[in-house]
Amino acid sequence: MPDLLLELRSEEIPARMQRKAAGDLKKMVTDGLVEAGLTYEAAREYWTPRRLVLDLRGLTARSRDVHEERKGPSTKAPEQAIQGFLRSAGLSSVEEAHIHSDPKKGDFYVAHISKPGRAAEEIIAGLIPGVVRSFPWPKEMRWGAASGPRGLTYSGIAGLGGETLRWVRPLQSIVCTFGPETEEPVVVDFEVGGIRSGNVTYGHRFHAPDAITVRRFEDYAAKLEAAKVVIDADRRKEIILADAKNLAFANGLDLVEDEGLLEEVSGLVEWPVVLLGEFEQDFLAIPPEVIRLTIRANQKCLVTRPHGGEALSNRFVVTANIEATDGGKEIAHGNGKVVRARLSDALYFWKTDQADLPDLDQLTASAEKFGLDLKKPLDQRMARLDHLGVTFHAKLGTQGQRVERIRRLAQEIAPLVGADPDLAARAAVLAKADLTTEIVGEFPELQGAMGRKYALLQGENPSVAAAIEEHYKPQGPGDSVPTDPVSIAVALADKLDTLVGFWAIDEKPTGSKDPYALRRAALGVIRLVLENAIRLPMLSNLKFWESGLAPESIEPATVRSADDMRPARNLDLLSFFHDRLKVYLRDQGARHDLIDAVITPESDDLLAIVRRVEALGFFLATDEGKNLLAGTKRAANILAAEEKKKTAIAEAVDPSLLREEPEKKLFAAVNQAEKEAGQAIQNEDFSAAMLALSVLREPVDSFFEHVLVNDPDENVRANRLALLLRIRAATDQVADFSKIAG
Amino acid sequence: MPDTLPAHMRPDRSFQGLILTLHAYWADKGCVILQPYDMEVGAGTFHPATTLRALGPKRWNAAYVQPSRRPKDGRYGENPNRLQHYYQYQVILKPNPPNLQELYLGSLEAIGIDPLVHDIRFVEDDWESPTLGAWGLGWECWCDGMEVSQFTYFQQVCGIECSPVAGELTYGLERLAMYVQGVDNVYDLNFNGREGDEKISYGEVFLQAEQEYSRHNFEHADTTMLLRHFEDAENECKALLAAGAPAENDNLALHRMVLPAYDQCIKASHVFNLLDARGVISVTERQSYILRVRNLSKACGEAFLQTEAGGAVAA
Repeated sequence: MPDLLLELRSEEIPARMQRKAAGDLKKMVTDGLVEAGLTYEAAREYWTPRRLVLDLRGLTARSRDVHEERKGPSTKAPEQAIQGFLRSAGLSSVEEAHIHSDPKKGDFYVAHISKPGRAAEEIIAGLIPGVVRSFPWPKEMRWGAASGPRGLTYSGIAGLGGETLRWVRPLQSIVCTFGPETEEPVVVDFEVGGIRSGNVTYGHRFHAPDAITVRRFEDYAAKLEAAKVVIDADRRKEIILADAKNLAFANGLDLVEDEGLLEEVSGLVEWPVVLLGEFEQDFLAIPPEVIRLTIRANQKCLVTRPHGGEALSNRFVVTANIEATDGGKEIAHGNGKVVRARLSDALYFWKTDQADLPDLDQLTASAEKFGLDLKKPLDQRMARLDHLGVTFHAKLGTQGQRVERIRRLAQEIAPLVGADPDLAARAAVLAKADLTTEIVGEFPELQGAMGRKYALLQGENPSVAAAIEEHYKPQGPGDSVPTDPVSIAVALADKLDTLVGFWAIDEKPTGSKDPYALRRAALGVIRLVLENAIRLPMLSNLKFWESGLAPESIEPATVRSADDMRPARNLDLLSFFHDRLKVYLRDQGARHDLIDAVITPESDDLLAIVRRVEALGFFLATDEGKNLLAGTKRAANILAAEEKKKTAIAEAVDPSLLREEPEKKLFAAVNQAEKEAGQAIQNEDFSAAMLALSVLREPVDSFFEHVLVNDPDENVRANRLALLLRIRAATDQVADFSKIAG
Repeated sequence: MPDTLPAHMRPDRSFQGLILTLHAYWADKGCVILQPYDMEVGAGTFHPATTLRALGPKRWNAAYVQPSRRPKDGRYGENPNRLQHYYQYQVILKPNPPNLQELYLGSLEAIGIDPLVHDIRFVEDDWESPTLGAWGLGWECWCDGMEVSQFTYFQQVCGIECSPVAGELTYGLERLAMYVQGVDNVYDLNFNGREGDEKISYGEVFLQAEQEYSRHNFEHADTTMLLRHFEDAENECKALLAAGAPAENDNLALHRMVLPAYDQCIKASHVFNLLDARGVISVTERQSYILRVRNLSKACGEAFLQTEAGGAVAA
């Protein structure tokens, strides 16, 4: 069975796109071949920065002949219909059609169509140009003379205007050979965007610049390996990792592994050679995460630690693309120089961030507003953030206004979470200050972490410093939740301000669109509250936020005119919290129906909801719970049926109309249970509330066993229905039993 | 590189030798060797020989040195690598020849960078100039981990699709010189290739300027005046474009005043950079300033297409 070798050789493809591109190539080619009626035994893709390669084995040499019978109209059909059939079946006259008979339908035409199989080569030649043209690159470009307008020619190459090939970078050559193992493979001949397929490729750009003629995958891979190209990216990764570890070990160091960087670096080289570079010890004064990010982001180098140590060492691992004639001395030296230059920038940023700003005299008004001490660097940065009037969101005012709101809210929340309100306010005021530091400008991912460091350096309370970093948390379902009360207060204030603000300007998440990560913010609030067991009445906090809202910080037209909408808006936001809570609890394995049974549109205490769900779950696992549920449901069903029939129901139970013993007992039990359950709920003891209700089980059962609700006496019936209503009312205090399954 | 060259002409011994070598190399490849544009620009791309000549169907191959000003990058002469004024070597080839990467690597060899000793790499870089309404795909070119050039296939300039595409090479001359001279501090570069009393270092030429301009850029530039200059340049650019525009009913006439108008666009862009360095532009305002400069550059680009150099044929 013949094999196919395909290589698309390009100018350097961005590292982050290579793996997917090679996969896309395999999928598009194999799908196309299969669709054309070929089969294959195995396919594997390879890639380097300069090539995508497909090794396809055991392809069928031809697609099969296809015979098809297509039914046509009756022989008595109008001429027009018959002509239409002939055209569609590709027949030139009615003589070419066969006539079949059917006992019911009579005679009708049938076209016998046979499509002869096609040679695989022909199919491949037809397929690949389309694959190249429609390749799904994230970003494509045009290049060269062919990108010129139609009708113009540059150095003999005609401009193709809009028809010119688009590719991730200029495509340089295509190798496409095909043939069985026993024979000399042939070049599958085609052309795309001015590039003609062939059997010639090139090795390493510098080590092996000469043309290489290839036959099939085996000699292709071997010849490229000899030409200093490792086509297997995973092998390149293994080489880099193993060599880097060995090199580190031999120098008394441990490699700090970084899978993402390794993947990227393996996409930057065809022939990896690992070397050790060095920078001055002095730079180790810079925070390690800044060193790591500087070296990683700018130099794509791995950092190391002294063997067995925690801190970073001053040596790093470079992956070069050549076996340098001097053994890599110049490369290591050059990389060291660049790292040094980058780190001296970082050091400059680190020091600048701790020094006075030049324009302090302009910052006094802002300092006063936030109670800032302009002798302290981070205070200056906050004053500057406010002074510059940096916009948070066009309709939600500036960062300064936002910080003011967060401060008020954090101060208000503090007592609810056991935090010192002054510390919470201070942390809120400094929480966003690092946004104007140089290091965060350079590495936005360090926001928060840098603020904490600078806060500690200027002698802030450790809880304040921690809150500056932790108020962004939790960032997602896997992120840790802060436990320091000051962090909790600021984290809640930050997220609630965001949510309430975006709700006020009607920028809610829709479908898959959530540009301001509001779902994440809501989940953050939920996790902060639940994991720290905080009682936080949401509605009153939403209301508080409004009262604290400086009207000028919100675009007047969007909010002030909608003042009367506030209660509805708050309920809407609360229901958003409910939805996120349901998702969260379901992920935790809670029963969906129990959550629904417990939540009402006004449930504004997330912790209470969860406790109720838990208590309800326990209760329903007991016999009392199951029976009460059954009895309550029965009562509810009867009520629903009668309500539908518009049967009269008494407004209240009239004890004088109670005749049977069981209904008298039930009435007494309901009164008792309702009172006790209500009391327990007041005390937030949901188990006790369940227990109180469980007493109803026996009287309810006995009532349904011995008493006929549908008494002929209308008044008695209305009274009994009222009694059922009381059961519902009593249980409703705890949960809406009608929403519980089973 | 012939060993017979005297030090003051050699790329690895003098800053000027580096420039002369690149001039000779690109002249050999058919480029017009131009001189710097006589205005303050943030990058060699702003030279009309790149921005405007990248537009339209005509062939265009040029190379030049462009002094570039980045007010925000000033470090009062205290950083060994950062300058608020530095030199870019700019090459533009339209349409880009198919072997542009090889030509570029040839230029590195010409200045003494042996690709079997030094690790040369093409690292993804999507280039974009929001103020010029321009973007392209290409790479940062690394030599031993240092970015020494930018290599871009222009896709769009002044908001106009490039057809044909031009290849643009931008070399950071100081970095390259530091590299080939083996110097760690830019101010220690040998400028003229002489030794002893006759030696002139980069610091002797530029250190004082870096200190003075840093003061100016960060502390003293009059922001009220600059804001006014921005408005003036913007208005003048629009006025010149309007005054030079062909009559509306005359499809064959050419635009008569694109280049003077484009000068005003350059001026607005530089004034914006100064204002930015002075820290008086907030994040939201920033966007709107960038947009205003882009509108000017777009209008200039469109007008350029109505000139002879832009490919329009006079009646």
